[in-house]
Amino acid sequence: MTRIISTLYAVAIYGFIFLPVAVLVLFSFQGTLFPIPPFNGPSLRWYQAVLNDARLTDGLVNSIFVAVLTSALATLLGFLSAWGFARFHLPASALMRGLITLPLTVSYLIIGMGLLIFFNWVGLPKSLIAAGVGHVVINLPLCFAIIYSQMGDHQANIERAARDLGAREWQVLTLVTAPMLWPALFASFFLSMTFSWDEFVIAFLLTRFDTTLPVEIWNLLRAGLNPKTNAVGSLVFGVSIVLAIVFELVTFRKRPQ
Amino acid sequence: MTALVTIEGISQSFGQARVLDSVSLAIQPGSYTVLLGPSGSGKTTLLSILGGFLQPTSGRVLISGKDCTSMAPAQRPTATVFQDYALFPHMSVGSNVAFGLRMQGVAKAERLAKARDMLRIVGLDQAFDKKPHQLSGGQRQRVALARALVVQPAVLLLDEPLGALDLKLRRQMQDELKAIQKRVGTAFVHVTHDQEEAMALADHIVVMNHGRIEDQGPPERVYARPATRFTATFMGESTIVPGEVDAAGHVATALGVFDAPGLAAGSTACIAIRPEHVQIGPAIPAIVMDVVYQGSFKRVTAAPIQAPDIRLLARLPAGTKVQEGAQLSFRFDPAEVIVLRD
Repeated sequence: MTRIISTLYAVAIYGFIFLPVAVLVLFSFQGTLFPIPPFNGPSLRWYQAVLNDARLTDGLVNSIFVAVLTSALATLLGFLSAWGFARFHLPASALMRGLITLPLTVSYLIIGMGLLIFFNWVGLPKSLIAAGVGHVVINLPLCFAIIYSQMGDHQANIERAARDLGAREWQVLTLVTAPMLWPALFASFFLSMTFSWDEFVIAFLLTRFDTTLPVEIWNLLRAGLNPKTNAVGSLVFGVSIVLAIVFELVTFRKRPQ
Repeated sequence: MTALVTIEGISQSFGQARVLDSVSLAIQPGSYTVLLGPSGSGKTTLLSILGGFLQPTSGRVLISGKDCTSMAPAQRPTATVFQDYALFPHMSVGSNVAFGLRMQGVAKAERLAKARDMLRIVGLDQAFDKKPHQLSGGQRQRVALARALVVQPAVLLLDEPLGALDLKLRRQMQDELKAIQKRVGTAFVHVTHDQEEAMALADHIVVMNHGRIEDQGPPERVYARPATRFTATFMGESTIVPGEVDAAGHVATALGVFDAPGLAAGSTACIAIRPEHVQIGPAIPAIVMDVVYQGSFKRVTAAPIQAPDIRLLARLPAGTKVQEGAQLSFRFDPAEVIVLRD
């Protein structure tokens, strides 16, 4: 009896989480004009419509571009700052570590507005670059936290061994430290990608003509519901799932010691 | 013979703690030097200073006559074998060993050939393409050794290299270390807290305690004629008996009077008797307090009747019939007694 109840409870929970997504994906294959029951499909006409919409495909390309570049930059900066904090005695180290992770707790809206005002002041126009800076700001703390947590004293000794054998500092970093930490670097990169990929608020505030896919979807939604939004939403969801799976594989794969 | 390494008055303080107190030491070319001491004696700190990982508070390190005190580890002619091996986990064994040559700009084919030769010397050439995590502890140890030796350092520094191995493997690796050192002829400086390991390996033992060198010399001399009470107790077991030096240069103790040349009259001194020098004989009647069977011998603790506070340690043949509580007489050769200033 308890088994039945717990099973039902589990079904209810997962249904609650995934039913909206399932409905979204299902009606992206709708054959008619409205994403509402009854379902008459499957049809790929809305996917075709998405791929024929230059604004959406441009947004898609922009999103990929922003996600890859900002994630690479956030991972690089996160790696360097984690290395600095882990390997050197810095004044007020704990406070500085706190400050670098602080943006994790600040809402994207505040960060976006802050950057908007700042860019306005320094004269940087609204653009993909501005939004990219915003994505680095939100992802750097995350990359820092992931990479810093993986830096131990054992690795410090390995770096010492490399230095003892004649490696210069940049060689230690590129030949020893980074390859040793590649699971953490990879995980940071892919987690940053997922956050950048479906980030809306900052991109909305900081871009104008060229913009990212979530902002284009929002533009599309303003014209009312239509299965095309379901189709593009399903595409975004699919990419997120792939990134999340890569992240899980990298992070939770059994590592040889 | 000029020393390969000269350590001149090295002191090291961490905040208030004085870890090394004006230590001076000479290391001869081709020698196997063991720094022996309990934890906190400063032996690892001294090794770190030799390797360049630590700047001494004062003092100088000369290697082949050159002042290396403030030289970075990469610049000085030393290589270190770390306690946890510190192998590069993402590289093959061959690339690990070739790393130092790669940093020197040696061409790939040449450095891999040299790495293979060095792995052959440590008996691991078949592991060339494996990753470190596929090897056992003893094998990793050998890779670390090969990686440090391939750059042909003037001095090889080993920081408790056998500490992570089990006893049997440790004894086996000891013999191999000694054999490898003889083959390559490099001076080895080895840190350990295991006195058996030290005696098995060293040409020159340096006993350290509280940041000072207590005694140094060939293992036979350090064991048979330790310079200080600490050395006598740290290098194996012994019975310590306190006494007083008289005007004639003798030390009078509860177990007899012994020559104490060079000790000031009226000062306190003590004698140390190694358990293997104590036999059954007529001189000292005692009550047996404890018998431990050790396989090849029996370790007997006895309280002499004339001085019941003293615990006389004896190493008796394994076949000896002896029981706790029994009365037994012991003797020892006065020539083997070690007299120590207190």
